[in-house]
Amino acid sequence: MKIIVLMKQVPDTETKIQVKPGETAISTDGVTFVINPYDEFAIEEALRIKEAKGGDVTLITLGWDKAAEALRTGLAMGADKAVHLNDPAFLTNDAHSIALALSKTLKKLQYDLILCGKQAIDYDNHQIGVRVAEMLGIPHVAVVTKLVLEDGKAVAHREIEGGTEVVETPLPAIITCQKGLNEPRYASLKGIMQAKKKPLEAKKVADVDASPGEVGQAGAKTVVLTLTMPPDRAAGKVVEGEPEDAARQVVKLLREEAKVI
Amino acid sequence: MSFDLTEEQESLRRTVEKFAEKELAPIAAEAEEKGEFHREIFEKLADIGLLGIPCPEQYGGAGLDYSTYILVIEEIAKQCLATAVGLAVQGLPQIMINLFGSEEQKKQYLAPLASGKKLGAFALTEAGAGSDAASLKTTATLDGDSYVLNGSKVFITHGGVADIYLVMAKTNPGEGARGISSFIVEDGTPGFSCGKTEKKMGMRASPTREIILEDCRIPRKNLVGKEGDGFKIAMIALDSGRITIGAAAVGVAQAAFDESVKYAKQREQFGQPIASFQAIQFMLADMGTAIRAARNMVREAAYLKDKGKPFSHVAAMAKLFATDTAMKVTTDAVQIFGGYGYMQDYPVERLMRAAKVTQIVEGTNQIQRMVIARHLLK
Ligand SMILES: Cc1cc2nc3c(=O)[nH]c(=O)nc-3n(C[C@H](O)[C@H](O)[C@H](O)COP(=O)(O)OP(=O)(O)OC[C@H]3O[C@@H](n4cnc5c(N)ncnc54)[C@H](O)[C@@H]3O)c2cc1C
Repeated sequence: MKIIVLMKQVPDTETKIQVKPGETAISTDGVTFVINPYDEFAIEEALRIKEAKGGDVTLITLGWDKAAEALRTGLAMGADKAVHLNDPAFLTNDAHSIALALSKTLKKLQYDLILCGKQAIDYDNHQIGVRVAEMLGIPHVAVVTKLVLEDGKAVAHREIEGGTEVVETPLPAIITCQKGLNEPRYASLKGIMQAKKKPLEAKKVADVDASPGEVGQAGAKTVVLTLTMPPDRAAGKVVEGEPEDAARQVVKLLREEAKVI
Repeated sequence: MSFDLTEEQESLRRTVEKFAEKELAPIAAEAEEKGEFHREIFEKLADIGLLGIPCPEQYGGAGLDYSTYILVIEEIAKQCLATAVGLAVQGLPQIMINLFGSEEQKKQYLAPLASGKKLGAFALTEAGAGSDAASLKTTATLDGDSYVLNGSKVFITHGGVADIYLVMAKTNPGEGARGISSFIVEDGTPGFSCGKTEKKMGMRASPTREIILEDCRIPRKNLVGKEGDGFKIAMIALDSGRITIGAAAVGVAQAAFDESVKYAKQREQFGQPIASFQAIQFMLADMGTAIRAARNMVREAAYLKDKGKPFSHVAAMAKLFATDTAMKVTTDAVQIFGGYGYMQDYPVERLMRAAKVTQIVEGTNQIQRMVIARHLLK
């Protein structure tokens, strides 16, 4: 079984996000980067399928030079090879452009199953898996918490408001992964030592048969006009006094000031 | 020697950092309070291959150098000293069997230790023989194809939970250090039992226990090295062990420092964060400086060992400086936290209690100074 995982390098979840005035991307100064947590579920699922059924796992990312570190981490977890779309002409935060570059790359590869996170936790577009599926003309199931493969098809459980939907799809298909699907493993010491010897191929725009005008910022369908931090939260209010009086006071404030009850 | 980590070292460091934050941080405080040993943590460490770092690949280990080993220990110690010391103790019998053991011993014992299927322990100290380890009284008498061991060892880390003990005993009680030999004793051997589990000031998730040998008969082939090699083997083990204890102390100090910086920025008195007071700033500056120096010393000791150069005095200096630093830094951390620092709701009092033991184990810091001075004056 040939499995491909689409993954992204994002700021660590504990990063204190900062935006410099006038900039339309978050500041990367002093930020540590990790594999997008939802993509870790995708990698783990791919490795489990490979371990159960045989095959190989290829990782693909689009990103700056540093994104190779995330690919190495994925290789250390147990993936077999990696492809890095590493060309300034690829770089953008536009979901259409990124999906186009990925789908062009995928058209030149063989796969039975493509996995990715349901969203990346940096810009939260939630779009890549779904768009790539459309561009490739293959089915997708999004926000999946359980995946069972039978020959030629997949049965995926997806989270919907208030319940679970069970969807069957022929393969190849794209599955976008949600928390709960599995518990990602840690890269092992042995895996880390072997990761450097595994193939990591860098590709430029021309290598995926894309024209410079259609991918990256040039091909973007959206423009980020401004990016601002949410306003500081106002300080809380402490109501003092006897519990009975205080409770009455709190209810009054909730009703009249906060207008929430 | 470069100050940069290799790509693999950095990747490993980050993996272990994440492991420690996710697996150790949530349970460390409670395990400490209840004095609970978590065997499953060692299984998890084994799963990612961390229990066999110093053991050669051909015997099932990772065959990595000390420069890499200390990174792992420091990251683990930031969250839980008991686990870091456990990791270091697991390494000791592997190092010694690998250096001095027979081919048969290596085949039989290294893989289970490196894979974590078995836990190892190192038994040198006795009630009457601490710093003066050569005065130990446990005996081993050759009887046909067996040795018969008699005596007891105290303060043994992982006593009672370990499966394989490296025990130092006298084969020639008339002699001092040169009468000592080193033996592999397996848990479950008739005559082997465990005594009292100590109630400790800190590092309480790591069991420290007495082990008792009463006519404990072990196969003659369990002698490691030759008769009379035991003290030499123990001292070589301690030289290496000192580097790992130094690394663990750096981790404890770093954790206390990180907590202090966070707290100093957020705690307000006199209408401003306490970090704006010069008295606090200078404390933090001294703490950060000492930690950096300690880490570099530990790294130098590891580097020298990896290069096969004489390192024992540098290991002693690193152990001395790093553990004294941990004590000073954790004490100052409690001070920065004020009254809250003294309370168990915050982690710094636990770190302060943890730091103390690092000044005592693998040779007290007085003994380190003796080792260092002997080297300087020779
Ligand atoms: C938590 C814990 C875990 C341990 N784990 C192990 C283990 O796994 N295996 C093992 O074998 N041992 C272990 N030990 C024992 C440890 O190595 C000894 O406690 C240590 O070597 C000190 O010996 P002692 O306690 O007998 O102190 P003593 O030797 O009695 O020392 C008392 C004091 O006298 C000082 N002193 C002694 N001699 C001199 C001298 N010549 N000059 C100046 N000062 C001197 C010491 O520095 C110390 O301050 C452990 C101890 C602890 C606390």
